[in-house]
Amino acid sequence: MKLSGSEIIIECLKKEGVEYIFGYPGGAVLHIYDALFANKKIKHILVRHEQGATHAADGYARACGKPGIVLVTSGPGITNCVTGLATAHMDSIPMIVISGQVSRAYVGSDAFQEADATGITRPVTKHNFLVDTRESIPEVFKKAFMIATTGRPGPVLIDVPKDLTDPKIKIPFEYPKKIKLRSYKPIKSDNKNKITEAAKLICDASKPMIYTGGGVILGKAHNQLKTLVKKLKFPITNTLMGLGGYPGSDENFLGMLGMHGTYEANMAMHECDVLLAIGARFDDRVTGDTTKFCPSAKIIHIDVDPSSISKIIEVDLSLVGQTSKVLNDLNKAIDLKKKNIKVNKIKKWWNQINKWRQKKCLNYKKSNKIIKPQLVIEKLYELTKGDAYITSDVGQHQMWAAQYYKFDKPNRWINSGGLGTMGFGLPAAMGVQFAHPKSSVICITGEASILMCIQELSTCLQYRLPLKIVNLNNRYMGMVRQWQEFFYEGRYAMSYMDALPDFAKLASSFGHEGITIEKPDDLEPMMKSALSKKDKLVFIDVITDQAENVYPMIQSGKGHHEMHLSPTGSDTELA
Amino acid sequence: MEEKRHILSLLVENEFGSLSRIAGLFSARGYNIHCLNVAPTNDESISRMTLVTFCNEQKIQKLMRLLEKLVDVVNVKDLTGETHIEREMLLMKIKCNKKQRNELKRLTDIFRARIIDVSDTTYTIELTGVAEKILAFINSLGNIKIIEMVRSGTLGISRGAESLQSKG
Repeated sequence: MKLSGSEIIIECLKKEGVEYIFGYPGGAVLHIYDALFANKKIKHILVRHEQGATHAADGYARACGKPGIVLVTSGPGITNCVTGLATAHMDSIPMIVISGQVSRAYVGSDAFQEADATGITRPVTKHNFLVDTRESIPEVFKKAFMIATTGRPGPVLIDVPKDLTDPKIKIPFEYPKKIKLRSYKPIKSDNKNKITEAAKLICDASKPMIYTGGGVILGKAHNQLKTLVKKLKFPITNTLMGLGGYPGSDENFLGMLGMHGTYEANMAMHECDVLLAIGARFDDRVTGDTTKFCPSAKIIHIDVDPSSISKIIEVDLSLVGQTSKVLNDLNKAIDLKKKNIKVNKIKKWWNQINKWRQKKCLNYKKSNKIIKPQLVIEKLYELTKGDAYITSDVGQHQMWAAQYYKFDKPNRWINSGGLGTMGFGLPAAMGVQFAHPKSSVICITGEASILMCIQELSTCLQYRLPLKIVNLNNRYMGMVRQWQEFFYEGRYAMSYMDALPDFAKLASSFGHEGITIEKPDDLEPMMKSALSKKDKLVFIDVITDQAENVYPMIQSGKGHHEMHLSPTGSDTELA
Repeated sequence: MEEKRHILSLLVENEFGSLSRIAGLFSARGYNIHCLNVAPTNDESISRMTLVTFCNEQKIQKLMRLLEKLVDVVNVKDLTGETHIEREMLLMKIKCNKKQRNELKRLTDIFRARIIDVSDTTYTIELTGVAEKILAFINSLGNIKIIEMVRSGTLGISRGAESLQSKG
């Protein structure tokens, strides 16, 4: 079979089982688009901005576990992808971005729409390739898919000069079945004796705590985790990226931890004597002041990436490997049927935790005049029975969604945790809807974030995506305003969103339905009716309390035990 | 923790962008590169890099893991942890009039350096040795004017049968 470079690219994607490409055409990729046009298997989704393509592919990958594919042109096409690549890179999301490049003869000449794609994206990709011969295309694609999806996943960029995709030059095509990369060792594990050691530490703990992150979801280890927790009856907390890795409505679950984590989760972290960290990376938003982190705990860390071990917090025992595999081994080692395996009784510890729980740190002051943002999420949780795919943008609404929507299943909570990319929510929701066409997909956003990728409403109409967008509209960049209130004596520099559009009208001008909810009494019925519209996108603009803050809060430089609790909750003092 | 000199030996894929990836890691993660040498090896698909950096034990462990993670890095080793041989080469052009020639010849002999080029007014000298020897030679020149100099940066290799393998 003789094919052109463009046809080879499409064939490679087919061999990898690609269903969707999110992209935007341009000069350097027109040959590829021509080959794509002729194919019947792969569907191309035309976005309105390349950043949207990357977030959509990212959302798709997070929701179904398969790599998201992006196709963009050279120059501005690829530079617009940088934020999306960095977002995926920080959260270890498998993604392949194919970018056009000017023809090889022009590379380095400042040609029209030329940008050094591999140079620009090197720090924000797991790896990248500049294809230099037609013959190497299949090998490069095989390598790219392998690198993106194995070990700690991540985005990979393939930059393809236009002349290599010339439809007139055809060469024989064969896709390699297997590929070996001597320099790439996705998983290095050497845990044999350490598993027993870890099991012993765990069984002997009197104040144990389990802290899990996105690695449980990426490593598909949720079942193994559930088995372990149920067997041990230990308390467990999830990071922002780890929500859904363990059922959020389960009694062992203490809520999210960290800067806006629950009182009970953070206190249990501070007091525990053995900490089992699984697929989590001790991010600064999780640890608070590292010198005050888990002061009396022996720490066991399970992670697929050796460079994550002791990166921020020195750990006592590390188990490197796929989270599901290591948890399997650990579950086997802690076999309660065996006589010599006994787990310490931790009733006292639970009594203490239940006392912390009684603080009810997520309580907030109810109002019948103004809509409280927390109430919107609570109602959304009730109305969707906790079973929707939720994407979010970045800021207060993201934290409230994480705190008040309980995720019982993995891959349901999709947000930019590491990079904190405003504008992520809407395009990510598009990707999720393509991955799960029949499911309810909701984007929880704020009026500042949504405007960063609002153009994608047009894409939503083109593909009739029945998303629901819940806009917590407080006319402020809420999280910025909160920090300015706390740390800048209320000088709200540039955080007020003046001259906002009428979002309902904006949505309808894009061909969707838009509603505005202003009264607490209208919230439930109006949201219910909007959510029942299964065949169309509804933009639900909810006018919320401008002054509401996210609590609890650990200020930077403070430890887990030094939370700021809500003044309207049960405790107004510093904990 | 005390900062120490570490000599890292790396085998990297001889591919477009490899050097930039490694240099980029150092700058992105806040490590200095004291000196760096890259050249081909007997296996044409692999380049060998020797790199000297100063950092404490904890930071060097992290750095090694980050380097190992790079897709282009085939193998990496901290030579400082074992017995090794290191050498550096210096090429130096110095001002030298007829009166100074004898003195300079004696000095190069003491350091086992070689005069490899001569002009009416200059000597060009080649010297190989450990970094301390190179520095000692430079310091011994006193008032003699250095016109230009170039150093290869440290090169290192393990002693005995130990070697850095390109596994796989």
